[in-house]
Amino acid sequence: MCARLILENGAVFEGRSFGADGESFGEVVFTTGMTGYQEILTDPSYCGQIVTMTYPLIGNYGVHPDHQESKGPQVRGFVVREFAELPSHWKNQENIDSYLKAAGIVGLADIDTRKLTKIIRQSGTLGGVITTLDTPTADYVHRLQSGAHRIERPVYEVTATDTEHHPGDRLRVIAIDYGMKRGILRSLHGRGLDVTVVPADTTAEDILERKPHGVFLSNGPGDPEEYGELVGHIKRLIGQVPLFGICLGHQLIAKACGARTERLPFGHRGSNHPVKDLLTGHCVITSQNHGYVVQDDSLVGTGLEVTHINLNDGSIEGLQHTEHPCFSVQYHPEARPGPTDSDELFDRFMKMMKAFGEEERDALAI
Amino acid sequence: MPLRSDLRKVLVIGSGPIAIGQSAEFDYAGTQACQALQEEGLEVVLVNSNPATIMTDNAVADRVYLEPLTPETVARILRAERPDGLLATFGGQTGLNIAVELDRMGVLEEVGVEVLGTSLEAIMKAEDRELFRSLMHRIGEPVPESLSVASFEQAQAFAQEIGLPIIVRPAYTLGGTGGGIAEDMASLQRIVEQGVQASPIGQVLVERSIAGFKEVEYEVIRDSGNNRIVICNMENFDPVGVHTGDSIVVAPSQTLSDGDYQLLRTSSLNIVEAIGIEGGCNVQFALDPHSDQYYLIEVNPRVSRSSALASKATGYPIAKIAAKIAIGYALDEIRNPVTGKTSAFFEPALDYVVTKIPRWPFDKFADADRRLSTQMKATGEVMAIERTFEASLLKAIRSLEIGLDSLDLPGTDELEEREIERRLGQADDERLFLLGEALRREWSTERLHDLSGIDLWFLNKLERIVRTVQGIEQEGLGANRVLQAKRMNVPDTAIARAAGLIERDVREFRKGVGVRPVYKMVDTCAAEFDAATPYYYSTYEEEEEGSPTSDRPKCLILGSGPIRIGQGIEFDYCTVQAIEAIKQAGYEAIIINNNPETVSTDFNTSDRLYFEPLHLEDVLHVIEREQPEGVIVQFGGQTAINLAAPLAELGVRIIGTQVDDIDRAEDRERFDRLLADLGIPRPLGKTFYQKEQALKVAEELGYPVVVRPSYVLGGRAMEVVSNERELLRYMAKAAQINEDHPVLVDRYISGIEVEVDAISDGHNVLVPGIMEHVERAGVHSGDSIAVYPPQRLSEEQKRTIVDYTTRIAQALQVQGIVNIQYVLDDEQVYVIEVNPRSSRTVPWLSKITRVPILGIATRALLGQSLLEQDLPTGLWPEPTDRVDVKVPVFSFLKLIGVDSTLGPEMKSTGEVIGRGRTLDEALYNGLLAAGFPFVQRGRNTLLTLLSSEVREEEEGVLEQVSELGLALQEGDSLSTDEIVQQIRSGGVQFLLTVHNRQKEKSTRLMAIREAAIQRGVPVFTSFDTFRAYGAARRIFLRGVELPITCMMAATSVRQPTSVG
Ligand SMILES: Nc1ncnc2c1ncn2[C@@H]1O[C@H](COP(=O)(O)OP(=O)(O)O)[C@@H](O)[C@H]1O
Ligand SMILES: Nc1ncnc2c1ncn2[C@@H]1O[C@H](COP(=O)(O)OP(=O)(O)O)[C@@H](O)[C@H]1O
Ligand SMILES: [Mg+2]
Ligand SMILES: [Mg+2]
Repeated sequence: MCARLILENGAVFEGRSFGADGESFGEVVFTTGMTGYQEILTDPSYCGQIVTMTYPLIGNYGVHPDHQESKGPQVRGFVVREFAELPSHWKNQENIDSYLKAAGIVGLADIDTRKLTKIIRQSGTLGGVITTLDTPTADYVHRLQSGAHRIERPVYEVTATDTEHHPGDRLRVIAIDYGMKRGILRSLHGRGLDVTVVPADTTAEDILERKPHGVFLSNGPGDPEEYGELVGHIKRLIGQVPLFGICLGHQLIAKACGARTERLPFGHRGSNHPVKDLLTGHCVITSQNHGYVVQDDSLVGTGLEVTHINLNDGSIEGLQHTEHPCFSVQYHPEARPGPTDSDELFDRFMKMMKAFGEEERDALAI
Repeated sequence: MPLRSDLRKVLVIGSGPIAIGQSAEFDYAGTQACQALQEEGLEVVLVNSNPATIMTDNAVADRVYLEPLTPETVARILRAERPDGLLATFGGQTGLNIAVELDRMGVLEEVGVEVLGTSLEAIMKAEDRELFRSLMHRIGEPVPESLSVASFEQAQAFAQEIGLPIIVRPAYTLGGTGGGIAEDMASLQRIVEQGVQASPIGQVLVERSIAGFKEVEYEVIRDSGNNRIVICNMENFDPVGVHTGDSIVVAPSQTLSDGDYQLLRTSSLNIVEAIGIEGGCNVQFALDPHSDQYYLIEVNPRVSRSSALASKATGYPIAKIAAKIAIGYALDEIRNPVTGKTSAFFEPALDYVVTKIPRWPFDKFADADRRLSTQMKATGEVMAIERTFEASLLKAIRSLEIGLDSLDLPGTDELEEREIERRLGQADDERLFLLGEALRREWSTERLHDLSGIDLWFLNKLERIVRTVQGIEQEGLGANRVLQAKRMNVPDTAIARAAGLIERDVREFRKGVGVRPVYKMVDTCAAEFDAATPYYYSTYEEEEEGSPTSDRPKCLILGSGPIRIGQGIEFDYCTVQAIEAIKQAGYEAIIINNNPETVSTDFNTSDRLYFEPLHLEDVLHVIEREQPEGVIVQFGGQTAINLAAPLAELGVRIIGTQVDDIDRAEDRERFDRLLADLGIPRPLGKTFYQKEQALKVAEELGYPVVVRPSYVLGGRAMEVVSNERELLRYMAKAAQINEDHPVLVDRYISGIEVEVDAISDGHNVLVPGIMEHVERAGVHSGDSIAVYPPQRLSEEQKRTIVDYTTRIAQALQVQGIVNIQYVLDDEQVYVIEVNPRSSRTVPWLSKITRVPILGIATRALLGQSLLEQDLPTGLWPEPTDRVDVKVPVFSFLKLIGVDSTLGPEMKSTGEVIGRGRTLDEALYNGLLAAGFPFVQRGRNTLLTLLSSEVREEEEGVLEQVSELGLALQEGDSLSTDEIVQQIRSGGVQFLLTVHNRQKEKSTRLMAIREAAIQRGVPVFTSFDTFRAYGAARRIFLRGVELPITCMMAATSVRQPTSVG
């Protein structure tokens, strides 16, 4: 069956439908990761987006619960050059077509994804719709131009509704779930930490009441500008408890300190983003997925300093607070998909929590 | 860490002659390294014995030593040059081994030269199997259980403990020389013994076999600040058990999940850190197809064939960056050479699929054992880029130039089921096509997987290709069916065959329905950033990239495809030089080629690179897009020349010698007429069309005769036959003979063979040099030792040769270059053949005469006459104080079953240069560089096996053997077993087996020669070669140091150490 992708600028791509039938609106983005399609599909930060894979052959090794980064696909649509009808891997349980069908996600295959990628690169992220219906293109363009693909505050679509406790024998961490990937939970819990995942809008007071050793702020979808109340909670956490933020968590920390964020023209999405640690001079390859970034010139007076930069465009990749135990990165040290080169950031968080604990004890002793 | 300020001068070691396992990739790597150093203002001194390389050109290095790559010679160069640094990781295993040896000899310390990049200590950690294993244990990286042994007994004990099968891998050898997988104790014994002999330190590793796992490679770069990146990973289509050099390989990996990919990526980063790599490194893994278990296969602590492939597959110039790291830079300080803006610290993202297929020499060597195993047999490879695996694979298949354009191999439909089953289980070069045949027979992919171990993902893709073509077979052309087939890049020729049409019909139908390819760019970043690489591939999609418009006129030059016997790196040298000249002449140079190993496919070489098959359809598509002034076919060997006529027929302009004139040189009858008109003799020859005519024709000409069928299936079978019996035997095994496939018979002229390369503008002719062969005619020109200037020709003969050459070039209206081969007997000069193109000898000849042959020829074919170029005509003055030789190098060690006897079919894979003040000195240097042993101490037994006729003829030579310090032993009365035993136990140092014109393949001689080759004993099958060795040995025995000459400096350097 045929399907179309229609962009708000009027461009149309016709190809083959896979996954579910119907129509679905979203912001069209691309990712350059060559592996990890299932992790991408299930990353809640992609909520509201139609994701294009620049690597042409997708679905080769099938689908398996181990690759799930959340309970199921979070994207609004999926675009590939070719999907594998017959995947092959010892872990393979089903092909991506049936997987997306079951999840009700529309997919489009057999199109010139490189052409689409270049359009996005040149004109910036665009609204789009994938459809298997006969609705005229002009109608869709009209709806897109009036913002049919936009969703407000998507964090609230993906955050946990209840707290969830993952007992551990070491330090207690509260993880604020703005759309947290399972990989992060694994990285924290895997270190023996006692992790309690709480909904995004949990107040600072509720959090501090639980006497955590540290608070983790997760990744998540959407524009940080839209989350004033979440920033408010964070403001009251800084200095009270060690904080570590990733991606949206990083941006919200920056805002809580008074910095500004801005939209990147087409985002950073992939498994190959080079990042330099300004403190050590060491460089790592990172996994990324973000459309917004902390503004370079907005840091004055925030108490934040830049610890990491992106070697491609010089943008901010990591921050730390000069006075308080608080640091954050724009990229994904938990990988999944992508390289695990930055795994040690979780150790840094642990060290920070331990040191803070000792300081407090010292303070009490005095 | 920026550029080190303490470096002024750096010595780079090249890799020497092309042999199986060590090919043109090191010219590419070495050239990039030299350029990277020059860019930084460093003085580059280069040593390489291979004259056919770009790296040995003036433009690439400041000072070039075309000297033997022995530790002794390199030591002398080090002492003379006193460089600050040594780069040894760009010359393959040869470069590494020399550096290790120089260090052991204490030379590095003595001269105060520092090994740049990866340290020798680190190299040892990767190369020494024991050190490597213990390091891997320490960092927790899994290696299969193994043991280093020096004898079968030790191996046996190990095998009893862990069980068979066992893989045997010799220490310090290339391409798996001397290794293999043993299924039982008998084969274990054989392989261990052979491996111990092949290893320079007499050691092999016996190891648990992990055949059947997925084989995956990672190309890693690390700098001294421990910044590490993976440039590319690659997955083998053939599971572990087939050498990666003999495997079909795809990039990036296709069947690895992100977890698998990262598991191995992290492991490779840990490994390069633990070893201490500073530069490029290749890490090979085996991954269990049924679990997360993986093993390390090996680590190559240097640039390699795989890094060349990875560079071409991604656009990331690994060797260049590795060289920058070696001189001090950190990865993030080096500019990304592709975007020109960001840093070199990044990992390429691909948005296409790359497929590499090896090119094997079995078309030349019909008798070779074509089974593939852990020992590499391929001479070269092709690479293709497309958006799907099917398309990429099909492009690669037709790039091979093996007469195939799809998964169909003629004749496989007649094979029995059992035969196909067997050959799917034991890989050989045709397995891919047998898979195609099995799929046509509707065998299930599961069955194919069980037989071959190849991942189902690949097999499913093959099945899609087969079904798509079958769809056309059943239902004929149709817009949608053709579009689907073209999306898989099925060529028009294969579609036509399926539809029962001819190629032109399909082309027209396709155009009628608007199905045509577009070109996309290789940009390292999957279009994420705006990059402007002039590097393209075709695909059947929507968007066309990169505007081909230009304000300069354009020339399209066709490359020479994969390296194979008879068409080697020389033609890439010619292509690259021609590109340079085309650019200088104000044109835009556009190239089509598909060989990932070469300099010509570096996207910086030409103005635009199309990485495409050299197949008519693909070439036409590029022409349609680019609309060049014309196409140059003279520099890409026979590959390019063969495309001239079909292109011209379709109205494409050929720049240079015209197609009709090319045809007059290549078509036997027209050529005969041309020579008759010119009054130039050629050996008397006849053509016959029926087997029955053979004897009569030979009788008329008189024995011995040279026979060659104009068409043969598998093997070009040209032979010299000396009597009726031999001719009958030849006819019996010859392929079909009929009106369309005649046999050519020539009188055999026993005499001196000579060849010339000449340049003409259509009127005037310049002959840069006449080259004389050491071996008499009958040994292929590519397998003979060539000498310049000629030593045995009279002035009169030279005049005749120049006169004939001039008149032939004029008659053929040659514009550009031509190569002519002659044979001289006492009375006459005969023409053997005319090649209307550049040749194997051109790089060597240009270097030694210093005539820029390719530049002149290119300008001439673009219309600038010799006069306008201020050049003389006739023979370029010959030197009187210098002699140069070109010595062929063979790879018989890798090719079991191939008869090493020299004859009219070419067998060598590479060549070296030897320079001297006299012929004997040049021979000494050349033979030394080619690997002939020159030692005085110990045993020096020469075992001879000669026919009585030969013995009589050459008595004089044999009598003088003792003067050469050799002990003569006649082997004719010994049994085959006795001789083989003696060879194996080290009792024979040289073997001389000459059986003049008696071409019956004696199993006795084959067995003896093979034993000698396995043991590294030089085998002389021509007395002429042996005499040359004798002359060289006399120089050696004199013990006087020969001067070492630097090509670029006018003076020669002399150092007082003794030879030998
Ligand atoms: N333990 C093993 N069991 C089975 N096959 C192996 C094993 N180790 C290596 N091989 C095969 O042998 C080939 C050559 O081995 P390798 O160590 O890479 O030697 P080389 O130095 O010639 O590249 C590999 O490409 C792989 O296919
Ligand atoms: N008539 C002949 N007499 C003696 N040797 C010959 C004759 N013809 C060919 N040869 C030998 O065979 C070799 C190959 O023949 P040639 O015609 O040059 O074929 P190719 O196209 O393979 O170079 C020559 O280099 C020469 O040594
Ligand atoms: Mg190997
Ligand atoms: Mg010839």
